[in-house]
Amino acid sequence: MQKHSFKLLLFVFSLGLILAAHFQFIDQYVITVIMLMGINIILSSSLNVVNGYMGEFSCGHAGFMCVGAYVSSVLSVILFTKDRIFGAPLLAPDLSLFLFPGVILIGGLVAALAGLLVALPSFKTRGDYLAIITIAANYIIISGIENLDIIGGPRGFQGMKRVINAMEDRLDIPWMLLWVVLGTIFSVWVIRRFVASTYGKGIIAICQDEVAAEIMSVNTNKMKVAAFMLSSGLAGIAGGLFAHVYGYVNPQSFNILKSTECLVMVYLGGMASLSGSVLSAVIFTLLIEALRFVIPELNALAHHLRVIPESYEIGQVWKWVIIPLILILTMQFRPEGLMGARELGDFFPFLKRFYRNRTTE
Amino acid sequence: MEILVQNIFNALQWGSFYALIALGYTLVYGVLLLINFAHGDIFMVGAYIAFFLTTFFLGEYGVIAPGSLAGVTILMLAVPLTMILTSMVGVTLERVAYRPLRDKGAHRLYVVITALMCGLILENGNLALLGASRKKFPELLEKTVWTFGNVSVTNLKVMVIFAALLVFLFLQFVVTRTKTGMAMRAISYDKFAIPLMGIPINNIIVFTFILGSGFAGLAGLLFAMSYPILEPYMGALIGWKAFIAAVVGGIGDIRGAFLGGFLLAFVEIGVVAVFPSTLRDLMAFSVLLIILWWKPTGLFGIAKTTKI
Repeated sequence: MQKHSFKLLLFVFSLGLILAAHFQFIDQYVITVIMLMGINIILSSSLNVVNGYMGEFSCGHAGFMCVGAYVSSVLSVILFTKDRIFGAPLLAPDLSLFLFPGVILIGGLVAALAGLLVALPSFKTRGDYLAIITIAANYIIISGIENLDIIGGPRGFQGMKRVINAMEDRLDIPWMLLWVVLGTIFSVWVIRRFVASTYGKGIIAICQDEVAAEIMSVNTNKMKVAAFMLSSGLAGIAGGLFAHVYGYVNPQSFNILKSTECLVMVYLGGMASLSGSVLSAVIFTLLIEALRFVIPELNALAHHLRVIPESYEIGQVWKWVIIPLILILTMQFRPEGLMGARELGDFFPFLKRFYRNRTTE
Repeated sequence: MEILVQNIFNALQWGSFYALIALGYTLVYGVLLLINFAHGDIFMVGAYIAFFLTTFFLGEYGVIAPGSLAGVTILMLAVPLTMILTSMVGVTLERVAYRPLRDKGAHRLYVVITALMCGLILENGNLALLGASRKKFPELLEKTVWTFGNVSVTNLKVMVIFAALLVFLFLQFVVTRTKTGMAMRAISYDKFAIPLMGIPINNIIVFTFILGSGFAGLAGLLFAMSYPILEPYMGALIGWKAFIAAVVGGIGDIRGAFLGGFLLAFVEIGVVAVFPSTLRDLMAFSVLLIILWWKPTGLFGIAKTTKI
């Protein structure tokens, strides 16, 4: 019982969430924020594999997200819906219920292949040179998709809402929330199993000393390919979910700013800390949404106290001034991120004791 | 033929902007091994400072009578003032954000993230304070166009190219021929031994930031004169591209940054001349990726030997 308590807790929590959404205890806005949170968790924890555990500096994560988003959206539109460009659905729309995870996974696989674009140069180079390759890869992917006119080019691509509607026609439950929750749990589980395995310890060895790792029989090139492909593949899954949550994708929503958001979440949570990544993704999403309500209050307060001129209004633009400011301050007081390289169990020893028989199994 | 020469001039002008910004990246990187991602936004701040200075001297704010100063005089005043004020912005960032982190011994990448955040604050703070309306930079110099056959060159273009060249020669001289430059190179070589040699490490770092940001300010002024529309995000894309140029040249090397800037501009203009202009980023970055694949440390970079 003790051994499975965490899984049970997670299951009850997810089920509660979906039931609450189904019976409309929580409104659409809250559901969207929760879905966004899940996607951010996938993004930050998958980037942590490369930037935290392997110690590289990849800043083009959104590019792989973009690949995943486009591949899975195009695929689901071709397969399940009647589209102006792609014609009649190839499969019955009802099948989307069962094949949707497959579509998302294929998006992830193609994104993983795109990850090779970054993984192969990483054999010869490290550090800041690799950073530039990832930025260039991000630009290349976005620019490539903008030049593909058949999938909308710079105007973006839509039609994924119809797939979700087809699912909901068949069985009326909040499908997208379910898929996002499943995707999040799947991604975090995969990363957890990967970095805790003997095989995955190789990437931590590469982070600490590449030459020594190689002497200790770690196949560094293979490990690098594995880490980059895992990271970009999961980013692709996040992208696929993102595309279906909004029902619309645009190449520019995966630009370098999105990559910056991913980086921020990783370093806020702490390098090489999976629970830190999850925590920081949750905090970051909540922070962005909270500021939406706090800023008008701040504006009213400032006008009330007459500290700003009457004609000036503090608008939502200030959100992206306040967030970086908060992050800079966090960095000043906790230069290793929220969790450092530690996990939740290192902060709360009773958790570790409680799960002792789980870690030694 | 004439189109070719015309395009070469355009590429030289763009390359000058890239080179001026890339020089700032490479200076800071050469000393601190820090990618100063706020540099593109310091360039933007430089352009805005230049805008406010010139409108001030043109008499927009009523302190100076309108028309009392000639355009050339204003330019002469604006160049040093812009450079000084912009370098103050750069040094402020260093003092407020980067140095405390460095003193605490934070991981290098946390400083990089802080730099990214500083860039975002500069961009969006500008947007929030000055509003989304674009600013139109006043025309200072009378435009002179020299025409040779079908090739036309403006005086501004020539000025920009010369400025970039002069800055490059100056920096190359400072870094390779002076004691300060020697100290700058030494810090990146061994950060712990340098204070023992009696070199004030923090002063050298501040000096580096003054140089880098000052020339970013100059680039901002020249850019605003050539493309007189200012907006808060103007520094973001050009900054990223200049950083890529610096890396392709071999980051940490003055010659590399200079050549990398021109290389990127030539590739971009070349692509636009042959293919549709939407393919510019795709092709340019692919070419750079191939160069990095072939020479992973850039054109002038020296591969660090890994000690066992």
